[in-house]
Amino acid sequence: MIQVVLKIEDLKKNYGKAEILKGISLEVKKGETKVIIGPSGTGKSTLLACVNRLVEPDHGRVLLEGEEITSRNAHKMRQKIGYVFQDFNLFNHLTALDNVRIGLIKVQKLSKEEATQIALEQLSKVGLSEKASLYPSQLSGGQKQRVAIARALAMRPKLMLFDEPTSALDPELIGEVLSVMIDLARSGMTMLVVTHELGFARTVADEIIFMENGLIVEQGPPALIFSNPQKDRTRQFLRKLTELYGEERIK
Amino acid sequence: MSFWQIILLSMPKLLSGLTVTLYMTVFAASVGLFFGIVLCLGRVYGNKFARLLSSGFIELIRGTPMLVQLFILYYGLPVYGIRLTPLVAALIGFSINSAAYQAEYLRGSIQSIGTGQMKAALSIGMKKWQAVRCIILPQALRRVIPAWTNEFIYLLKYTSMAYIIGAPEMMAQAKFIASRNFEFFKVYLLTAAVYLSIVWVLSFVFSHLEKRLRIPGMVVTER
Ligand SMILES: Nc1ncnc2c1ncn2[C@@H]1O[C@H](COP(=O)(O)OP(=O)(O)OP(=O)(O)O)[C@@H](O)[C@H]1O
Ligand SMILES: [Mg+2]
Repeated sequence: MIQVVLKIEDLKKNYGKAEILKGISLEVKKGETKVIIGPSGTGKSTLLACVNRLVEPDHGRVLLEGEEITSRNAHKMRQKIGYVFQDFNLFNHLTALDNVRIGLIKVQKLSKEEATQIALEQLSKVGLSEKASLYPSQLSGGQKQRVAIARALAMRPKLMLFDEPTSALDPELIGEVLSVMIDLARSGMTMLVVTHELGFARTVADEIIFMENGLIVEQGPPALIFSNPQKDRTRQFLRKLTELYGEERIK
Repeated sequence: MSFWQIILLSMPKLLSGLTVTLYMTVFAASVGLFFGIVLCLGRVYGNKFARLLSSGFIELIRGTPMLVQLFILYYGLPVYGIRLTPLVAALIGFSINSAAYQAEYLRGSIQSIGTGQMKAALSIGMKKWQAVRCIILPQALRRVIPAWTNEFIYLLKYTSMAYIIGAPEMMAQAKFIASRNFEFFKVYLLTAAVYLSIVWVLSFVFSHLEKRLRIPGMVVTER
């Protein structure tokens, strides 16, 4: 049986009168990577934030491995959901090592030795062993984002959420982050990724989800979406993306 | 009298006043720091009730003159049978006052940190108060050191008001010596010099503290 890791059912969110999410349903199965694309202001970030309750949805349910996430159990469920932000959000007063191990120590209550060992392992996986003792301000954007990924992975999450993890990066730094994410996807992590890096989507996505105005317009395997989208809006948006971002960065 | 005679004559009393002044300052600054943190967290992260209570208290204190607060404590409370010595009234008054101001400095500092830090802390499974303790406060308190330095210096100078209700701090001693010897100019000048040198020492100590606690990239700009 294929296990469903994340199930989103008819999720709705309003800010005042503005309907941001108008009923989103989707599933991510174990080991799958799904990529969400869509114009700015469409509600992609809001959707991810609703999954781990950084934002409280107005309607609908989110289930992680069959267990509903509520505002009551949110802090427990968040431990199982890695979240990578567009602007990294590393803890500014902590070194890279402390950034990765603070969750292990404070949340999972591991001993300092154990936490350090896991944190160093994760840092080495993202290629930053040598940077363990540096503070965020001493790291490049790409390095910061890799530390942020290591911080999320250290908690041994069941699911990773990425919200445009490379869009705050200089072009020459995007590759190093994408390659970490590609390795992660290939290692069998379950991932839901908002990104406009179509090369990444083509390489590892099992499904592309095109969102617009709070709704899913179209979803399907990359080959289909890229070569033969069924909806005009999808086609137009993809054309605009290619113009905007130019050549794909991942072969 | 020559200046040297004035110094010899007044130093013992001024210095004993200075110990009271310093005691009041350090006491009010520390108690103010503790309650300032409580008030600020209540105002920023508390529930509706805590928010209302903290903001109300802070605005009340910041919106009324220090001297009125001291008079209420010293002359007003005895009406209800609560008699405070001048020193105790001053200690309470300055602590409360400083707490309100320190709460606001800290709030500004927390706001300058941005919401991303809190989101990230929650996203790894921290509870709200854990995130405040482990992530927000360590950063906010570092950033508030320059404002805290100023607060300390203000307090040092404001405690001179306590002479009005008769607390035996340095200003009270100065007034006593000056009027007894009819040497107003020289005695007050000397008093000013003592205040000034303490302010210098304090500034030096705090800038040293700030440097020691500094973290690369976390530069404090306001001052
Ligand atoms: N806290 C908030 N209060 C009010 N409106 C909000 C809030 N957060 C988001 N919005 C609005 O919700 C809409 C969707 O925002 P969201 O950030 O989810 O879009 P997005 O698809 O992630 O866009 P982008 O590609 O620019 O990141 C926007 O119009 C935004 O202005
Ligand atoms: Mg977004």
